[in-house]
Amino acid sequence: MIGAEHFLIVSAILFAVGVTGALISRNLIMIFMAVEIMLNAANLAFIAFARIHGDMSGHVIVFLTLTVAAAEAAVGLGLIMTLYRRRGSVDASKFNIMKW
Amino acid sequence: MEALNLNVIVFYLAAGLAIAGAFLMVWQKNPVASALYMLLSIVSQAVLYLQLDALFVGAVLIIVYAGAIVTLFLFVIMLLNLRGEDLVNPSAGPKRYVKLIISGVVGAELVYLLVESTGIGTHLTKLDSAIANFGDVKPVAELLYSKYLYGFEITSILLLVAIVGAVILARREPGEN
Repeated sequence: MIGAEHFLIVSAILFAVGVTGALISRNLIMIFMAVEIMLNAANLAFIAFARIHGDMSGHVIVFLTLTVAAAEAAVGLGLIMTLYRRRGSVDASKFNIMKW
Repeated sequence: MEALNLNVIVFYLAAGLAIAGAFLMVWQKNPVASALYMLLSIVSQAVLYLQLDALFVGAVLIIVYAGAIVTLFLFVIMLLNLRGEDLVNPSAGPKRYVKLIISGVVGAELVYLLVESTGIGTHLTKLDSAIANFGDVKPVAELLYSKYLYGFEITSILLLVAIVGAVILARREPGEN
């Protein structure tokens, strides 16, 4: 028997995997993809809660989150392109100009 | 009973593929392979959405992620043309054990809180009684254009800002080769 809680646990594991990716990779593109996985994990939790409560507001929130994710991907990848053009690298540990 | 078993099998298959895809995505050295594993994870998550009767949002997830975002990632990876020294193995970074422990603790906490606060093992929230038309286009659209109208309108401004920002950021400045 599959309950709604199973979906929530999948969402929690996906979020943790996203955290792992954002922490351990040094390639900016990979960090960005890990952030997308975390966004998706939150979306899955929204859908599961919408199903539990029988309220479709969660679906609307997920729709808006997807829009934000698309906008974020466009701007973020533009930033990565500019950084690569100026500094010749996408290694996050090399961008330490703001390091105290 | 037969349909119930099929549901269970599909759930474990999709959940396993979603998590395995995310893991392999994180553990790749090559960003192209990483983007393709992300695609696998996204499509499996869309299957999970369908199991939760979120038909419209599941379709939008595939269209937006598989159709737009992963393609955008692949284009940028292709344009950057990364060489060997840019591709560092994620498992070889400094302080990797500390980072793995931190993320493991985060995951364990989330799962523990869910198990404690919801009724896994004692009373599951049953999923076999969705209201009619749950997750179809029409009820979602009715909510989107009434209760969440302001959010929807602000989203259009956000998209405009994102378009302008992306164009300005990716533009070559005069004199730059």
